Amino acid sequence: MTDIIEVKNLKKVYQEGETSTIALGGVTFNVRKGEFLAIMGPSGSGKSTLLHLLGLLDEPSSGSYHFNGKNVTSYSQNELADLRNREIGFVFQSFNLLSRTSVLENVKLPLYYSKVPESEWEERAKKAVESVGLGNRMYHYQAELSGGERQRVAIARALVTDPEVIFADEPTGNLDSKSGKNVMSIIQHLNEEHGKTIILITHETATAEHAERIIHLMDGVMDSDRKVAKRLTPEDDYVK
Amino acid sequence: MTWKHIVKTSLTGLFTNRSRSILTILGIVIGITAIMLVVSLGAGAQSLILGQVQGLGTNTIAIIPGREPKGPSDVTALYSDSLKEKDLVALRNKANVPGIKSIMPTVFGAGSASFESNTYQISIFGATELMAEIFDLHPAGDFFNQDEVLSRSDVVVLGSKVAEKLFDFGGGVGEKIKIKGRNFKVVGVLPATGGGSLFNFDDMVLMPYTTAQDYILGYKYFSRIIIQTVNDAAVPSAAQDIETTLRESHNITDPAKDDFAVQTQQDLANRLSTITDTLTYFLVAVASIALFVGGVGIMNIMLVAVTERTREIGLRKALGATNRDILSQFLLEAVLLTVIGGIVGIILGSGMAFAISIGLSRGLDVNWQFIFPWNGAILGFTVSALIGLIFGGYPARQASLKSPIEALRYE
Repeated sequence: MTDIIEVKNLKKVYQEGETSTIALGGVTFNVRKGEFLAIMGPSGSGKSTLLHLLGLLDEPSSGSYHFNGKNVTSYSQNELADLRNREIGFVFQSFNLLSRTSVLENVKLPLYYSKVPESEWEERAKKAVESVGLGNRMYHYQAELSGGERQRVAIARALVTDPEVIFADEPTGNLDSKSGKNVMSIIQHLNEEHGKTIILITHETATAEHAERIIHLMDGVMDSDRKVAKRLTPEDDYVK
Repeated sequence: MTWKHIVKTSLTGLFTNRSRSILTILGIVIGITAIMLVVSLGAGAQSLILGQVQGLGTNTIAIIPGREPKGPSDVTALYSDSLKEKDLVALRNKANVPGIKSIMPTVFGAGSASFESNTYQISIFGATELMAEIFDLHPAGDFFNQDEVLSRSDVVVLGSKVAEKLFDFGGGVGEKIKIKGRNFKVVGVLPATGGGSLFNFDDMVLMPYTTAQDYILGYKYFSRIIIQTVNDAAVPSAAQDIETTLRESHNITDPAKDDFAVQTQQDLANRLSTITDTLTYFLVAVASIALFVGGVGIMNIMLVAVTERTREIGLRKALGATNRDILSQFLLEAVLLTVIGGIVGIILGSGMAFAISIGLSRGLDVNWQFIFPWNGAILGFTVSALIGLIFGGYPARQASLKSPIEALRYE
């Protein structure tokens, strides 16, 4: 298996006048294609900064980042936008759905910016919505959905362009435990059945243990990188 | 992103804030409405004036005594005795001016007319029997004839108001009135021409110019010579021939020293058009201030919208939107706003102009035509789209330059 993500000594420094804040002090690791990685750490540890860099939403101050074998640190803004659209799906803590359009339209949104022919949009979006179990909610609006359902719409949106990697930033942070488990089981299913590479950001050990591997950050540097001995599965979730 | 979807996205944005969108475009609506109104009414006024000028016949040429005034204070140019009987003789010679169909010398003066105990201040217009034809006059009774002109008969045709003031019981044809102590027989009374008319004969007394010169005014020159050519095409050459003939008759070699001016109806129409056009442009410029204010309103509300939707911008960028996609979306929202405002303004403005044209026609008793100002509509549409581009440009650029993470973090 090839490595989809290779980062070497990745740094992010925020310069504000005379003072500079080191958000990420140089991290080095690889992620295999199809791997399920959790990034943990307390708030301020740099995990969100790392996610933004890996998700191509921000540019590192130094270090190298190869995505799918290509050095993306030299990419232009338009090339990065294209790469985000084709290869990356995002799931955010606060869902970030557009409230004025339906579930189906929300899921279609990435396709607007893609090169996928318009004739395929409807079918792709419907399939994505069905795959997260919301086939009966296709034309509903955000206000009519529960938190868990909203996050499932966001997952469907992340899937619709069939990306290589899905970044999930505290996906269960705004959910009750039952909805959270449901969301985690969908994410795990995506990893196991569809071979998606998953990078999950969380500060909860129970959530992180759905992954195969956990990288722990502290003050902008990695302080551990370990395999999960006994992964949590959907069955575990429902036993509790 | 294709245009179709940019339009769809932008429309969704506008409809979400429907009442705010409506309030925002109000400035544009008012501005475009004002422009349409001004342009339409300007065109209506122009066509009314030109209609009356051309009602005299586009083959009409007027010769005015004196130089063309050099400026507003150049009064000496206005009073002149340069047009005399010998000029008339020269002009009547077909060898000099072949294109002429008819020539009518005219004189103007003022005085008072009385009948029994009634006295009324009048304008005196001395002309020939051709007057009735040239000005399309249809008096009750008769107009004076050629014999009466040649024989300096004491005959008059009264304007409607003169007759009304002098004769308490109406009528008047066949009565004798006094002007400057001389008795004149009323041969005809004109119908009212109305206030909106360019040529108002209501306060006038028409008489043979020969009579007016000899018995009322006491001088032998003309106030105007009015000439009709055989057809419209003959006007330019006839105008030239007239100038040549009169220069010869007046011993003038340098055209700059002309003591007369030849004015065709077309000249007059052009001058009047220039005046109404200038007025229209001026009013359009004033109305454009409303558009500018409207544009600033659009910019303001678009900046608010960009700030409000910062998270949406971040999300769209995370999902693959380029700066250009975001720029197009917000720019198009602004342009759609202003264009919708422009279209509403065009409809509203022409509707109001239509209502006003009906009101003016009835109120002033003139034939005021409603004219749909295509040029105003095209101008209004273009300008409103441009306002969207100009005033929406800055907010849209601000939106497109937002960094995706800053935008996603925004609460």
